[in-house]
Amino acid sequence: MTRHVVAAVGEIAPGGCKIVSVKGREIGVFFVNGEYFALFNRCPHEGAPLCRGRLFAAMESDRPGQYRLTRAGEMLRCPWHGWEYDIRTGQSWCEPESVKARTYDVAVEPGAILAKGPFVAETFPVSVERNYVVVTI
Amino acid sequence: MTVSVLERNADLGNQSLLGYVDCDVHLYPAKGGAEFDPFLSERWRQHRRTIGGRSRQALGGTANYPRMSPEVGMRVDAWPPGGGVPGSDLDFVRAQLLDAFGAAYGMILPLVGRASDERNLEFSAAMCGAVNDWQATSWCDREPRLKASVQIPVEHEKAAIAEIERRAGDRRFAQVQIPPRGLEPLGRRRYWPILEACAANGFPIALHLGGTSGHPSTGGGWPSFYHEEHHSYVQSMEALVSSLVIEGVFERIPKLRVVLVEGGFAWLPSLAWRLDKHYRRLREEVPHLKRLPSEYIRDHVWVTTQPIEEPERPDDLLATIEWIGWDRVMFSTDYPHWDQDDPRHAFKVQLPEAGRQAIYRDNALAFYGLE
Repeated sequence: MTRHVVAAVGEIAPGGCKIVSVKGREIGVFFVNGEYFALFNRCPHEGAPLCRGRLFAAMESDRPGQYRLTRAGEMLRCPWHGWEYDIRTGQSWCEPESVKARTYDVAVEPGAILAKGPFVAETFPVSVERNYVVVTI
Repeated sequence: MTVSVLERNADLGNQSLLGYVDCDVHLYPAKGGAEFDPFLSERWRQHRRTIGGRSRQALGGTANYPRMSPEVGMRVDAWPPGGGVPGSDLDFVRAQLLDAFGAAYGMILPLVGRASDERNLEFSAAMCGAVNDWQATSWCDREPRLKASVQIPVEHEKAAIAEIERRAGDRRFAQVQIPPRGLEPLGRRRYWPILEACAANGFPIALHLGGTSGHPSTGGGWPSFYHEEHHSYVQSMEALVSSLVIEGVFERIPKLRVVLVEGGFAWLPSLAWRLDKHYRRLREEVPHLKRLPSEYIRDHVWVTTQPIEEPERPDDLLATIEWIGWDRVMFSTDYPHWDQDDPRHAFKVQLPEAGRQAIYRDNALAFYGLE
């Protein structure tokens, strides 16, 4: 497991996503409701670039004609077939028992701590004054 | 216990695609209908601009069942970086589809021809001709891997046959496309001259789902939801296969070959069983049939894969294909639509090597007479 600096805090707009390449893997880093999330950029269903999908609220309904929206922005909908994943856990909405998008641990670290290592930031300059988004892979 | 489908399928995704044939590709004019103008006479250019299409449904120009993705159901990542709608930029179609997986051929199924649901039949004929010219010059001439489908005004027999004969022998055209939702089931006598012209000129017929006939899309009435409507494409296909078989079309036109595009296929074996069962009891009503319905289906009907069935037990798909015939199933993506299948991941089951070659490549090469 290595920690990779993938973005500076402030670089990803609220509700936005930055797709980064780490260890040959494309990973989407999202900034939603003040928190960061990272998912493998590949849909478990048919391999689509999952992180190019849109963020939605979870829509729930107890009976026809009634619905409610919860957890705004925390469901990721695949750009191809619309499969929905919980951005926190990667769990599929329709098949939570059997299908899961891969998620990665994300943290925000101050540049001063990162400068002490160990971390990987080959392509990303780190300054001690700023805070950074770090993904563990 | 959590299982990632992606990891289970990692090996399948690496199977060689062998220069596959994609039997369902949709292309669109980047500039909208004006792109057909060069191929229309002034009379019909003016008509297109000032009057436009007149469908057999209310709310003309809109989708009966709006999809949740942009336009009428496009793959979200298929919008060309240089502008225009999905499927309108050849370089991007190459990058995202043809070159990405090494396609040998892609069959164009345009959904812009006003072939079946246009009330003004002369306009229907003019638009079909224009869309045929557009396919040939804007796509096939620039990218020979793309093959066109002849659009015909299905309700205008004379013009339809003239269009078929005009494109006969032109290798840019691989088949004649007929929307399965017409005014009457396709096996009816009124369509026989058109079907005969297809067979006589060496064109197979592609029935790609769609068309707005004005009839409810199911025998039970109008669906409420797109989810419900999507499944009703299967019913349309079942109705057409039954009609073609039971009206005796294949007895009358033995060279006619039909491919069902985007209507699923797992239903086909059970339809054949049911038709056979009833034939044994009701044969006297249809003495023009000389063989079991399943035999006509086996000899004359092909299917494409997308949107592929995904049974809970993936292996069940192999038995289903076995019933239809490994030589009758042809791979398709439906690019750039939202429900398209990825050639690497469409099958959730390992296909036997011979079957895989047949489905991804050889069946289509044989069906369309390509090399």
